[in-house]
Amino acid sequence: MTDLAIRYRGVSKVYPDGTAAVDNLDLDVPAGSLTVFVGPSGCGKTTSLRMLNRMVEPSSGTVEVNGQDVASIPAAKLRRSMGYVMQQSGLLPHKTVEDNIATVPRLNGVSKRESRANARQLLGSVGLDESVATRYPAQLSGGQQQRVGVARALASDPPILLMDEPFSAVDPVVRQDLQSELLDLQKRLHRTIIFVTHDIDEAILLGNRVAVFARGGRLAQYATPEELLRAPADDFVADFIGRDRGFRSLSFDNASVALQPVTVLAVDTGERFLVGPGSEDPAPWQAAGASSSDWVLAVDERRHPLGWLPVTASGEPAAREELRVGGTLWHDGGSLRTALDAALSSPSGQAVAVHRDGSVAGVVPGEDVMRAIEEQRSARYDRSERS
Amino acid sequence: MNWLSNNWSTVLDLAGAHLIQSIVPVVVGLLISVPLARLATSRRWLRPVFVTGSSLLYTIPSLTLFVVLPLILGTGITSVVNVIVALTLYVIAILVRSCVDAFESLDRDVLQAATALGYKPVRRLFGVELPLAVPVMIAGLRVATVSNISMVSVGAVIGIQSLGTLFTDGLRRSIVSEIVVGIVATVLIAIVLDQLLRLLGHVLTRWQRTGTTTARERRRAGAARHASASGRDDRTGGGDPEGRDSVAGAPGGAGAVAAVEARGDRA
Repeated sequence: MTDLAIRYRGVSKVYPDGTAAVDNLDLDVPAGSLTVFVGPSGCGKTTSLRMLNRMVEPSSGTVEVNGQDVASIPAAKLRRSMGYVMQQSGLLPHKTVEDNIATVPRLNGVSKRESRANARQLLGSVGLDESVATRYPAQLSGGQQQRVGVARALASDPPILLMDEPFSAVDPVVRQDLQSELLDLQKRLHRTIIFVTHDIDEAILLGNRVAVFARGGRLAQYATPEELLRAPADDFVADFIGRDRGFRSLSFDNASVALQPVTVLAVDTGERFLVGPGSEDPAPWQAAGASSSDWVLAVDERRHPLGWLPVTASGEPAAREELRVGGTLWHDGGSLRTALDAALSSPSGQAVAVHRDGSVAGVVPGEDVMRAIEEQRSARYDRSERS
Repeated sequence: MNWLSNNWSTVLDLAGAHLIQSIVPVVVGLLISVPLARLATSRRWLRPVFVTGSSLLYTIPSLTLFVVLPLILGTGITSVVNVIVALTLYVIAILVRSCVDAFESLDRDVLQAATALGYKPVRRLFGVELPLAVPVMIAGLRVATVSNISMVSVGAVIGIQSLGTLFTDGLRRSIVSEIVVGIVATVLIAIVLDQLLRLLGHVLTRWQRTGTTTARERRRAGAARHASASGRDDRTGGGDPEGRDSVAGAPGGAGAVAAVEARGDRA
């Protein structure tokens, strides 16, 4: 895993008019990692990417792929050895979906039948139905086109994938799907992926390592997402990462917070809420006696949380109309960020923890989450002082 | 129409000659115009040279060309080659411009994608650029063909056999039916060839009319999706079919006939 797939050495790109697109770039990308190039527009991230498949030639310096200087490899051969996904999918509009996916194998001389069969298989792995195989790109939605673009990049089974802002033109909901599917795909395939984006959130979500480019083509920082959030190298990086840096960095701390059992649950039986302290046979509320807290957690019969019910002055849960829904949930063992968010979004101030199957595991008061954050912080502080 | 029934075999012969003089210059002209236009799109300084140059060709009166060409080519003044060469020049005059437009209409992102996938230049030209240039190119080809069909008649003035012979002969002998037959036959050839080209364009640009041609396929896919009751549109391929219609059929049948008349005026 420590093999280097890609190595930039003193790479610069200066255009004839004197603008520097890339300024003396040194960068090592380990094999099998997903590396994100991020930065504002005009920072040289796409230029750097395109040097890998010789769509752009550097003015000086060398770019090596798998130990070989790319300048020594014929451009067409080099390009066919890498998958390439671009912003507007770049599908060939006159070819059907399956023929688009089969493009590179066909260029390499694979038979039409074999490459089409392979293409149809790939459709499944990017979450598309086989029925789209004979359609033309114009018949697909933007999200579908991007999926086909990813399938096409995978068609010749290349060890390296270049992705140039592949998800920036699709709507946010589809983008989220595509992002998580890319992560799944990468878990299975372990390719070396270079992913270009201008969206720092996307970079932090996807990247094993993130290279932040500043204007003028300077590499400002190259680090893991966690390091980036915790210790930005300079003002530019700090600025670029933006607000909520502290909050977002909590994503990288797994919470070790003791769950508190839920003593009283309001179980929705369809007609009314019954009370069960987590037991199998809920009893009418009256039988359980008055609750001491202001809120009671309502669950359905499978113990999946529904929301919080306020407890009235008489000690009974309020009517169904009063149910407060929409608080976020914390998966037991998840990050401190989700735990804190679950506590903040809960009307009772308690984060609801759920098992993997979605049933209630317990609750955590907001104070406990804050204490855990404090402990992690001081632990890190001590550690860094000692070292 | 008595005249026609007595002379139909002559008319057929002339129509055949007319057809050959209509088609050969278009084919040769296309084979010359495409590489010229492609050159003009990749080397920008060539563009004005070719486009303006070819337009200038068009300003040479056809009769002059018919008379001057034998001197340049060394052919006999009544040789059909003169007409073919002259008409080819006129076809080039029209086609270079529309082929340049066709190549310039290509989506740069798509071309970049093709290069990034590993297409070499020649394969990219035949596998990507030409197929995508067809819609605009066919439009130009239809204008060139129809205008060429009308120009063929002019050759009759210097004695080259074609349907134009019916005009010159009919005028000389004052046979109105002969002239009418000549006009009708010319228009018929123009309409038939124009429609054939339209059809060719239709076949070659199926990918453009995705909204209309595969309605059946879409319905089937929709039904399948319903049956399997799987996920969202985005995954299953229900898609949003953009009902984009073709831009191929620029000059329609009526326009083609109008073009015949327009070019006829030049003679």
